[in-house]
Amino acid sequence: MDHDEPSDRHGHARDHAHAHADGSELSEMDLRVRTLESLLVDKGYVDAKALDALVETYETKIGPRNGARVVAKAWADPNYREWLLEDATAAIASLGYTGRQGEHMVALENTERVHNMVVCTLCSCYPWPVLGLPPVWYKSAPYRSRAVIDPRGVLGEFGVNLVESVELRVWDSTAEIRYLVLPLRPAGTDGWTEDQLMTLVTRDSMIGTGLAKEPQTAKATS
Amino acid sequence: MNGIHDMGGMQDFGPVVAAPDEPRFHAAWERRAFGMMLAMGALGQWNLDQSRFARESLPPAQYLASSYYQIWLEGLIRLMLERGLVTREELGDGKIRTPPLSVRAALAADEVAQRLARGASTQRPASAVARFKPGDAVRTSNQNPTSHTRLPRYCRGRPGTIVKLHGAHVFPDSNALGAGEKPQWLYTVRFEARDLWGADTTATAVFVDCWEPHLEAREA
Repeated sequence: MDHDEPSDRHGHARDHAHAHADGSELSEMDLRVRTLESLLVDKGYVDAKALDALVETYETKIGPRNGARVVAKAWADPNYREWLLEDATAAIASLGYTGRQGEHMVALENTERVHNMVVCTLCSCYPWPVLGLPPVWYKSAPYRSRAVIDPRGVLGEFGVNLVESVELRVWDSTAEIRYLVLPLRPAGTDGWTEDQLMTLVTRDSMIGTGLAKEPQTAKATS
Repeated sequence: MNGIHDMGGMQDFGPVVAAPDEPRFHAAWERRAFGMMLAMGALGQWNLDQSRFARESLPPAQYLASSYYQIWLEGLIRLMLERGLVTREELGDGKIRTPPLSVRAALAADEVAQRLARGASTQRPASAVARFKPGDAVRTSNQNPTSHTRLPRYCRGRPGTIVKLHGAHVFPDSNALGAGEKPQWLYTVRFEARDLWGADTTATAVFVDCWEPHLEAREA
């Protein structure tokens, strides 16, 4: 990182009214990135309104609710579930979720015997159209390093304790194939509509570091 | 490259700490850096594998000390400097000192939705018949290139089994060098966790997507 900013620049950055819990480091980053953006705009490489649109898309439009819709439909509709497991790219596209970082999708079904978990040990590959941008922990060294050797230990840190007999399968996203875990449908949800089922599907359950919520929990928290 | 980015199986980084209700972006600069990475990528001055290699090539200590958006930003700056799109002096104060390179028009706001929804498939027509099929026993190559590869260290020279074919895809090892896409068959390979880690694992199996040049046939 560039720590060559003159001291008055530091002060200038700190004086800006950005409420950063992490303090001056981020303010320095804000300044540096603003300088870069104005340079790229002035050079004609970047349109600031396009940046707004890109950010807005992933901040407000594309997120794990998309994936939850896919999972809920698969739980509710056996034909859709079969299609999803056979050709996830097409089945997911049929709900309108396509594109960047989800061009080639594969769905992994969790069962009573098999639990799937997804990682990218080399960088941060993640299925954006169905889950949005990845959380910080997914991109962090602790997760990337341990998911492939000690998934049970990692799951424990998420409060998930599976019985010993469950097979733990870890999927490392080394190519452009993106993985979506189809979590186990909780008991006690017979006859639930897709909209109701969606409330049980968490982001982590679709990465494989969590389970779907139990019906009581969902009712208590909703 | 046997870089710091290749983290699978490393130990002692501490527990995974998940923040509940984490915001999508943690600071204003992360939003803009994210947008710039995508918008600059749209100019077509580098490919996906070159951008990954730029991030992997950060000094290891810096890589470990950086947040992921910092890694993205540093990778972007490296790519832009390498291609002469900007200079170090310009990055310092934001003032233009060299004329812009002649590149395609900047991504416009009204193109964003369509471009994101279309994405960029890496599948290409195959130029040869696939060597392997599901169920085939394979072994990954033992290789240590100093350039970009997507075969992690932990599964080099290891026995595995083909579980799925994905068609022919752009070959990162070549694409990152600017030596062409050279599409190769892509397979999902199942490795038994004990073949990777011995007894010291809680995984049953690890599945890795591997390109055909990294695989050889093995007696089952």
